[in-house]
Amino acid sequence: MQGNKIVIRNRWFSYLLERKAVLWTAGLWLALLAFTCIAAGMGTLWISPVEVIKGVAGLGDYVTILYSFRLPRVVMSVFAGACLAGAGALLQSVSRNSLASPDMIGITGGASAAGVGFLVLSGGSLGIGGLSVAAAVGAMATAMLLFALAWKGGISPLRLVLIGVALQTAASSLASFLIIRSPHYVASQAFTWLTGSVYGSSWDNVAVLLPWALVLGAFAWALSRKANVHELGEDVAASVGSRVTPERTALILVSAALAGAAVSQVGAIGFIGLMAPHMARRLVGPSFGAVLPASAAIGAMLLVAADTIGRTAFPPNDIPAGVFTAAIGAPFFIYLLVRRRPS
Amino acid sequence: MNKVLLLPAFLILMLLLALASVAYGSRYTDWSTVIQAFISFDGSAEHLIIRNTRLPRMLVAATVGASLAVSGAVMQTVTRNPLASPSILGVNAGASLFIVMAVVFAGFSSLTEFVGAAFLGAAFGAFAAYGLGTAGAGGASPVKITLAGAAVTAFAASITQGIMLADGRTFDQVLFWLVGSVAGREMPMLVPVLPYMAAGAAVVALLARPLNTLALGEDVARGLGLRVGMVKLASAAAVVLLAGASVAVAGPIAFIGIIVPHLARALVGGDHRWLLPFSALLGASLLLAADIGARFIAMPNELPVGVVTALVGVPFFVWVARRGNDARQ
Repeated sequence: MQGNKIVIRNRWFSYLLERKAVLWTAGLWLALLAFTCIAAGMGTLWISPVEVIKGVAGLGDYVTILYSFRLPRVVMSVFAGACLAGAGALLQSVSRNSLASPDMIGITGGASAAGVGFLVLSGGSLGIGGLSVAAAVGAMATAMLLFALAWKGGISPLRLVLIGVALQTAASSLASFLIIRSPHYVASQAFTWLTGSVYGSSWDNVAVLLPWALVLGAFAWALSRKANVHELGEDVAASVGSRVTPERTALILVSAALAGAAVSQVGAIGFIGLMAPHMARRLVGPSFGAVLPASAAIGAMLLVAADTIGRTAFPPNDIPAGVFTAAIGAPFFIYLLVRRRPS
Repeated sequence: MNKVLLLPAFLILMLLLALASVAYGSRYTDWSTVIQAFISFDGSAEHLIIRNTRLPRMLVAATVGASLAVSGAVMQTVTRNPLASPSILGVNAGASLFIVMAVVFAGFSSLTEFVGAAFLGAAFGAFAAYGLGTAGAGGASPVKITLAGAAVTAFAASITQGIMLADGRTFDQVLFWLVGSVAGREMPMLVPVLPYMAAGAAVVALLARPLNTLALGEDVARGLGLRVGMVKLASAAAVVLLAGASVAVAGPIAFIGIIVPHLARALVGGDHRWLLPFSALLGASLLLAADIGARFIAMPNELPVGVVTALVGVPFFVWVARRGNDARQ
């Protein structure tokens, strides 16, 4: 330990950790855990956090309620929020643009257009299952199109985000066009989905998202050293020996996949991908190895909080979580922005 | 390419599009009718359509397109971010929020009533974004203004969505406005905001040189004697006037504010004395062309102009972005 840094060094790797970053990240994850326990307990029937923990372990009176109703939704919120935040953190770091986020480069837009198209074409008669498949296909197709259009012997981050914005606009105007042209009941259903909601998540949905979240999340964290170098700019990255194009490609693909996986399950939830990384950076400092887990924790908390409010605040209505992510997150973010010196 | 020759060329292109916008529509009118409608008006249906429907629509498309493009160019320089657009300053989100609130709480229902509410909302959104971006340590750094704007935008948008989802009647009334359109706009909607647009344009004209200096970076600009804070404040005011007036008349039309400055930059480079007028010309031309397309692509129905702007603009923009190694400067 040297001053406020912790060094872990052996034959294979060497990590320099800032103590503040480690403490904040650990604190955020603990807070997330506590948060999930409380959120799972909230609802028409209040279950105390202790009972929630017992219930999760299979004991107590509330096992059925927790496992069939509350937990799938809360778990889905945690992973979807973490995925969106991680995707945003990766993208902002590769593109070196503070406005970059999955909702800005067309991934969310592509998923939205495909999802709305599915709702409109099927007349709202088919189930949620088909919807998430359509959205996943839309997200992937947009990501591939984005890559194909932005590739020119390599990936320039600026070209990527600019073309991403173009695709996002095209996709979202297509989505609004479809909404306007469709009958009212489909239109409001599609609008709800566009706002983004965890409503109706089942363990099946969680099972779809979980492997993506874990594998891609681990991969992203393994890439964090590369991301740090890329934040210094292309020239510096190249001169310290980074293979710029393959690494960039990997970072962007991981980001697109994370966002696509989340959006396909919960719809176009905005704000988290953009703001969670900024909040994290203002708490743990700029090192990406800490920014990524901290963003994930913040993103997860935001979505859990938004969904819990949407679910419990206006009974019997279930307000989509996407409405509240910004309503909760923005004031907090502005507080951080005004309080701290800009990084 | 020679900028001096390009300027009249694009001016002529815009005028031709403006003429076409008056002459073509779902009701067939030939050129002599168009001329007759202005020099010897006889009150026939054709003449009424040309004077009361198509002319205001053409003027709205041209002024809104130009205003959005110019304010986008200003925003991209001030925030030093190629992804910035007037909507990043909270203008569109503020306007949408006030429109939705006006419909729900004050029972507003006509497009003419929307104009005032939207302009007020745009000013409010921009004021909140700029104020929060300036507050606290570090002052009005480009990153802080950008992020505060994005946060205010997200916050206002989420409240708007919440109200719309809670109240189905509002949903129907507001949804069409939220896509952005120049259809059905009449002179009484455009006239009240024209002075604001003119004032915004005048401020921007004065800002061209200071923005060139600011584009070198804040420290350099300050070193050269530029009053950076004043320039930023004036830029924000110009954006509110131009983009606020646009959103008040036509609703939030996306994309023009982001892409047109890039198109203009690809043509004439980064000198604002050229960039700003070219952005205005290209923005007006793009929106006029998109509006003509909106009438014909899905005959006899009309498409929202925002959809056509994307259809027309996206391929073009992708081409421009791919042309150089670096699309910005």
